[in-house]
Amino acid sequence: MALLELINVSKHFGAIHALTDVSLSLEPGQVMGLMGDNGAGKSTLVKIIAGNFRPTHGTMQMEGQELSMHRPIEARRHGIEIVHQDLALCDNLSAAANVFLGRELRKGVGPFKILDYAAMYRRAGQIFAELRSETRPRDLVRQMSGGQRQAVAIARTRIGDAKIVLMDEPTAAISVRQVAEVLNLIRQLRDRGIAIVFISHRMPDVFSIADRVVVLRRGRKVADKDVAASSPEEVTGLITGAIEYA
Amino acid sequence: MEIQFDDNIKRARFPLLTWLTSRQAFWVSVAVILACIFLSFATNSFATSNNIFNVARNFTFVAIIALGMTIVIITGGIDLSVGSVLCLCSMILAVVMHAGYSIEIGIAASLGTALLIGLVNGVLIAYLGIPPFVVTLGMLSIARSLAMVASNNTVVFQFGPDHDKLLFLGGGAWLLGIANPVIYMLALTLLTGFLLHYTRFGRYVFAIGGNEHAAIVTGVPVRRTKVAVYMISALSAGIAGVIETGWLGAVTTNLGSGMELQVIAAAVIGGANLAGGIGTAFGALIGSALIEVIRNSLGLLGISAFWQGTFIGSFIIIAVTFDRLRNFRSSE
Repeated sequence: MALLELINVSKHFGAIHALTDVSLSLEPGQVMGLMGDNGAGKSTLVKIIAGNFRPTHGTMQMEGQELSMHRPIEARRHGIEIVHQDLALCDNLSAAANVFLGRELRKGVGPFKILDYAAMYRRAGQIFAELRSETRPRDLVRQMSGGQRQAVAIARTRIGDAKIVLMDEPTAAISVRQVAEVLNLIRQLRDRGIAIVFISHRMPDVFSIADRVVVLRRGRKVADKDVAASSPEEVTGLITGAIEYA
Repeated sequence: MEIQFDDNIKRARFPLLTWLTSRQAFWVSVAVILACIFLSFATNSFATSNNIFNVARNFTFVAIIALGMTIVIITGGIDLSVGSVLCLCSMILAVVMHAGYSIEIGIAASLGTALLIGLVNGVLIAYLGIPPFVVTLGMLSIARSLAMVASNNTVVFQFGPDHDKLLFLGGGAWLLGIANPVIYMLALTLLTGFLLHYTRFGRYVFAIGGNEHAAIVTGVPVRRTKVAVYMISALSAGIAGVIETGWLGAVTTNLGSGMELQVIAAAVIGGANLAGGIGTAFGALIGSALIEVIRNSLGLLGISAFWQGTFIGSFIIIAVTFDRLRNFRSSE
């Protein structure tokens, strides 16, 4: 059974058809590269899966159950986590504080609860170790490299035991070495059976990490195939419209 | 566990010293201590128990409000209304007690007023998105005007049946000869420090100031937290107002005018960053202490009080410049 299934999803903003009739299915442990030009509907699609928008038509199913979300924060409850393009980190807080932001661990009795620093440092340390990142839980995010910042943002998705992680252009604004670090982080997630939707403009990254590539053009899905059966040339053609459909 | 062990090795050799020297409040404390030592030798009158008692008591009112202000500043906001709120709360207390009600009812009415004003500020800022500067500037004017309305712009100096209780509350010294306001200030500083570092609320305050967008998308209740923050700020002004009323034994409608600037100065000197995300309760305390020591010493050294503003203003600029220079160095 597919983990997440989108069935004929459309999204209209007034007269603008941002997405038309898109069907997708996502398997556990699968990395799906989502590609398309600016305005092709990538971010609309991601925002629907993340619970920011409700589809105008069509339905979503999570493990066979109908999925309907009213607020973005509900996505978390269904095991869907988002790594935002800007990473959404607080520079003035420690790595552990950022990982647990909005989901702090506390200890105490009844209404008298205090932050459980020790538990949060310990758990964040474990997650960084799992991700094979050298990020230290007590360090301030301000002092971190781009790769470490990515690790903090990705570590967040491990708090709620995510089944699906949506990553919006995670390799867009970082150095070549850091891209390798991020791709490694994504592999660590994948090896734990997490499905990943990887939105990117960067052809080499998609081809090195993704199992499948989905191409959107003008709100329609024009390709959905194994990476092994495609090529960067073909995907470029699909994005620009030189190739109609594949 | 491995990671924590590793962590300790990689830390600087003197972690405590490194931590201390990275704190603005530490350097301000050093300045306060040096100033006190200097004044003890340069004047005969500084190191007398009487003067120390006065200095300690004088800065408590600014310090108590600076605690609330620091929380507001950490979220990246500002509260210009505190001086007027202090005046209004003092006046409500005075008028209610003057009318023959007990001190408990007077304090409840006074602090209730403070919370209500904070609620109005907070809702306008958090839910309607009006800049805090504008909202609290408006409230600065409104609260002082309401204080005049409440008292018909008269001086109130008789507080009904509980008159003596109120004067003792603000002017007494029941513990080891320490002035009551100083005890309240220390207790509130500990409470604020606890709130900021050991509660989820405190974590949210820092998160909002660090990156409000990040706080929103990670599910932090940003609006509710902001409302609470402005209520705390107004409440701190109300508490200071109640204590100051007891100390002065009279309330006029110009009480606390211009105080917001002193309070903001104290918070900033103590290390609160107006851009948000940084600040400590101890910083608010020590910043207020520095201002009072400067003020007191100018008097004792026989320097005209007209110079006071120059010194305090210079310290604000020095403190922030110092912080900036340190950041330059650490980013290199």
